[in-house]
Amino acid sequence: MGGALTFDPIRLPAECDRLRHEVRAFLDEEVAAGSYDPQEPGNDHGFSPAFSRKVGAKGWIGMTWPKQYGGHERSFLERYVVTEEFRVANAPVRLHFVADRQSGPVLLKYANERIKQDVLPRICRGEVCFAIGMSEPGSGSDLFAASTRASKSKGGWLVNGTKVWTSNAHHADYLIGLFRTSPATKDNRRHGLTQFLVDMKTPGIIVNPIYQMTGQHDFNEVVFQDAFMPDDHVLGEVDGAWKQATSELAYERSGPERFLETFYVLQELVRVLGANPDVRGAEGLGRLVAQVHALRRMSVSVAGMLHAGKEPVVEAAIVKDVGTIWEQALPHRARELAAFVEEGASNRATFEEQLRFATLIAPKLTIQGGTTEILRGIIARGLGLR
Amino acid sequence: MESTSLIAETAARILRHHCDPQTLNSCAGDDWQGPAWAALEAAGLPLAWVPEHLGGAGVGLEDGFGLLSLAGRYAVPLPLAETLLAGWLLARGEIAVPPGMLTCAPTRRGDKLRLAAEGTLSGRLRAVPFAKIAKHLAVLAQREDGKGDAIALIELAKVRVADGRSIAGEALNTVSLEAVQPVATRDAPAGLDAESLLAMGAAARAMQMSGALAAVLDIAVAYANERVAFERPIAKFQAVQHNLARLAGEAAAAMAAAGSAANAMASAGAAPRLATPDFDAALFLEVAAAKIRVGEAAGVGAGIAHQVLGAIGFTREHVLHRFTQRLWAWRDDFDNESAWAVRLGTLIAARGSEGLWPLLASR
Repeated sequence: MGGALTFDPIRLPAECDRLRHEVRAFLDEEVAAGSYDPQEPGNDHGFSPAFSRKVGAKGWIGMTWPKQYGGHERSFLERYVVTEEFRVANAPVRLHFVADRQSGPVLLKYANERIKQDVLPRICRGEVCFAIGMSEPGSGSDLFAASTRASKSKGGWLVNGTKVWTSNAHHADYLIGLFRTSPATKDNRRHGLTQFLVDMKTPGIIVNPIYQMTGQHDFNEVVFQDAFMPDDHVLGEVDGAWKQATSELAYERSGPERFLETFYVLQELVRVLGANPDVRGAEGLGRLVAQVHALRRMSVSVAGMLHAGKEPVVEAAIVKDVGTIWEQALPHRARELAAFVEEGASNRATFEEQLRFATLIAPKLTIQGGTTEILRGIIARGLGLR
Repeated sequence: MESTSLIAETAARILRHHCDPQTLNSCAGDDWQGPAWAALEAAGLPLAWVPEHLGGAGVGLEDGFGLLSLAGRYAVPLPLAETLLAGWLLARGEIAVPPGMLTCAPTRRGDKLRLAAEGTLSGRLRAVPFAKIAKHLAVLAQREDGKGDAIALIELAKVRVADGRSIAGEALNTVSLEAVQPVATRDAPAGLDAESLLAMGAAARAMQMSGALAAVLDIAVAYANERVAFERPIAKFQAVQHNLARLAGEAAAAMAAAGSAANAMASAGAAPRLATPDFDAALFLEVAAAKIRVGEAAGVGAGIAHQVLGAIGFTREHVLHRFTQRLWAWRDDFDNESAWAVRLGTLIAARGSEGLWPLLASR
């Protein structure tokens, strides 16, 4: 199986270079105009309607989608460049990021024409925010234990139950929810779940905040009480959501956001160590740079395979496993390497502040979007162990 | 020049036949060595990087690196990489390359060979792989008159080669030269210096190591599926699965980093710009990162494989040690991950924080 893993040395094509410079120029202007502070990764939870609309106007949301739905029919590799430049610049993309990365592609594949015409162009303009309603109080990593019910009623479905850890739900216009429409069968415990497009303005939906240990409000509890979903909001096959979930996950798992989430700490570490670090600082820094370079080359390689129409499921899971472990360890390693730096270093205060923030958010990095344990299970299956 | 797939097929056929790890593991002596080397030479593989007019096969750099990854998969215990590198170096000086096993030096930063005005070479070279069994040594030397670097070919029978072995038990020797007359000497082309040879060597070792890690992953996965404990294959235990998933992650990082560095060196062509006036920071990043990350992966990966194989993997009888011992040994050749990390960290710090992301993103 080692022979079957593929990480070819993909290089981004020339059009990506031009785009990268455009994106950097745009971000420089935005920072200069004061629309956000790149030194404050936690600022406003990265949520900015004005900024998202500008990104939409630039054509950088739904980049790979068909033009008929407001997309721009650009390559997956171009989208990759935009994603990594925004991530490294700590740009406030929270409003549109989930819709762009995963909800939009789900709609493109499974929504009916009317909904696609209605929702997708608004995503592309940076106007709508999506949340993902998968986890429940009794169902986290084990998605197929979901018990929030959608029962058939006239012209649609009535939903009852509770989703938790739902990021963005308090901002979201829509949520893509996974609801139980039938019991699991004896021979297939994954049977019986259906994906729905949920309009968050629907009566019977209550969003309760769950504050994080950082003090931030990011995720929520979403309670459904006889919330009505029209028939045409079913996404894909009734009872067959398990068949729909897998292929998009390669995109979700292998992107640059899976190892660059705490990158600002590394940049600030370079500043705090100064132009002539001692041998300990230099070696530590050299190793971190080698590790992030290797991760990026793995991630670009997977992007190249996706671009070529392949489905590198195991490779993508590996990128997320190794990448999230790395970005989680980074603040701790930076702390050690900066231990002997003089108090007087010019950016010491910024470094300390960013370190504090990154250390506090680090635990979630190996949990969100598929835990380390789940990923290693997927990799093990790919290796032929299960 | 043959096509990429033909070279890979030819090499795989020869290695399967002559360098099967299980077969070599059972051989008492080294009688296999002569026929194996003869077969590789007959196919033109050791001198793949030497153009035809200098006696080689004229294969592209990328194909040669591919060959090294394949050699790593077999843990080939022959100076194939060293001969490729020596041929590459000699060809840069337009020196005709002799047949037989070659090796090259310096393989450590700080080792220096001096070329005197009358044309003799002096100096001490540490850790030259296979110097005890190779016939010739290709070196980069500094002219004592300060007029740049020279490439030279030395007959190893004429120099002092100390006994010494790597952790894998292969010849690894200190070579001492005192006013030695080389077989041939030429000026190194502008921009080519010891740093270029070190980078080629590091990229070559990274490819061998990534191949060896892929083999180690295969061995560990196959063993976990066969070995039964507590009435089921140990592959069914989650703790074992997760260890193997980590091993796959390390092998993947090694593959990506090594492949990227080899591709970068191949794109740089005949003259990698790693000397001071015209320094290519991105190329340096690629090579340094590969040697560092692959070295780290070798340590972690070999450790996991041994844990999965338990006592059997610790025996001479099993082939695992042929791979893990070479992984440990190769970490140190052409400078280890710590040495490269200090250099890379120093470079990044000197370029400053603002330069870090543009450098990474340029690859």
